[in-house]
Amino acid sequence: MQGLSDLQAAFAAALVDPALPVPAAVRRQVRLPQSRRFDVYRNNMMVSLIEALEAAFPAVRCLVGADFFKAAAKAYIRQTPPASPVLLLYGESFGDFLDGFAPAASVPYLGDVARLEWARLFAHHAADAAPLEIGRLAAVPESDLETVRLRLHPSLRLLGSRFPVARLWAAASGADPSVEVDMKRAEQVAVLRPALSVDVRVLPSGGYDFMVHLAEGKPLGAAAEAALRNCPDFELALHLRGLFQLGAVVAIEPPNSEPQQA
Amino acid sequence: MEVPAKVPARAGVGLKAQHYDTIVAERPDVGWFEVHAENYMGAGGAPHHYLEAIRRDYALSLHGVGLSIGGEGPLDAAHLARLKALNERYQPGLVSEHLAWSSHGGVFFNDLLPLPYTAEAAARVGAHVERLQEVLGRQILLENPATYVTFESSEMSEIDFLLAVVQRSGCGLLLDVNNVLVSATNQGYAAEDYIDAFPLSAVGEIHLGGHARDRDDAGATLLIDAHDRAIDDLVWTLYARTIARGGPLPSLIEWDNAVPDWATLFAEARRADRVMTAELDHARAV
Repeated sequence: MQGLSDLQAAFAAALVDPALPVPAAVRRQVRLPQSRRFDVYRNNMMVSLIEALEAAFPAVRCLVGADFFKAAAKAYIRQTPPASPVLLLYGESFGDFLDGFAPAASVPYLGDVARLEWARLFAHHAADAAPLEIGRLAAVPESDLETVRLRLHPSLRLLGSRFPVARLWAAASGADPSVEVDMKRAEQVAVLRPALSVDVRVLPSGGYDFMVHLAEGKPLGAAAEAALRNCPDFELALHLRGLFQLGAVVAIEPPNSEPQQA
Repeated sequence: MEVPAKVPARAGVGLKAQHYDTIVAERPDVGWFEVHAENYMGAGGAPHHYLEAIRRDYALSLHGVGLSIGGEGPLDAAHLARLKALNERYQPGLVSEHLAWSSHGGVFFNDLLPLPYTAEAAARVGAHVERLQEVLGRQILLENPATYVTFESSEMSEIDFLLAVVQRSGCGLLLDVNNVLVSATNQGYAAEDYIDAFPLSAVGEIHLGGHARDRDDAGATLLIDAHDRAIDDLVWTLYARTIARGGPLPSLIEWDNAVPDWATLFAEARRADRVMTAELDHARAV
């Protein structure tokens, strides 16, 4: 008689490959070719995971239509089934998958919109942290301002796109259906959840480089210098104000502390 | 927690994000709430914010759907740690999981897959339940599955299998009455017989949910455990039969897909409460 281990291996293999016959361990009546009972399990798996992706990527679905999305989701699930029983963040690589999904080649911004939607999901479930007011910066001695580190919010994700990714998302998700989308405009975006709801903000020139370096744990002065390299009119005071207004700063760490990445 | 952990022998409702605001604002008169543990395994944000608020006012049942207790190899240590953290944070009155497997070879199938009812499988499930109870430091309830196929190698009934696991691990049982009807219809036995033979003294909780009715290609009725509609009258009848024998038990309204408005769920909970009250009145009158 077949042991449990072999039985489950055969069951699992047939579950993910509809071309395989129903496993021999399944009671005979159910193995008749006309019976769809084993298919209930195949269907449960595929449909529930497609629904998880539909819930996570509504703007992508809106951009390509329900049928196209279903086909893409199915291909993605076959290629990258979930490895964890916690599905809250399933689909992290869906954007990368769409970049290489031939039928979506005519929609080159789809991967970026998917990455933005996953960033929103990440922010939704990320750890809580209370943002600091900019007034807290006044307590830092002027001689230390260059060398302090700003710890950014644990929910923060930064995205650079050659497309107007935030406006495409706003139009498709219904967050701002009347937004004008200029396809020639690249956007760099911060996604974060300072309180209960997730914000998507387009960053001004230089803001992305500045935040990327802060997020890596670079001191304030070094992050500002990095931003200046690509954005000669980068104004630190203005960007600091914007950063605190976003609710993106959760701690000011003294110069000699160990850098902590968000 | 202001409200005691113990889940009362009343109707409870499966907590859905769509109803967070209504429940927090109106504090409806239901006995308790149940959550799927995996939906609260994120680090923070709205799910924990609302569950904290709701737990302040209600007893809670923590229902796992992803541990793969019937799976090969040791239980997923990371998942056990997540369950332990939730158990400590929210102090649920009941913790339950399924007689099923859902992961294999590093892939999670997001479905509750069936086991053959063999001594080998009972020993494995028993050991895994023991391990879970050891990690949590408490008894858990194991739920009877809804099945669509059975196995040639099965050598005992589902109830005998569950009893073997109970005897080995000391766990309790969660009786899903809808699963009884689904499995009985799909496998061709009488749901009433199953209910009458079920060891109700080991049952700590009941589940009531809706199923979809289909036909297989041979024309036989096929029931699917869909949790996407109202509870069927046949399930209500089986439920009344269960309560008549076992007395009132914590009874959950499960509606996970095509989730209706709160009033609809609340009405289902009221109906379960009425079944239990009627049984108590009947018992007093006799």
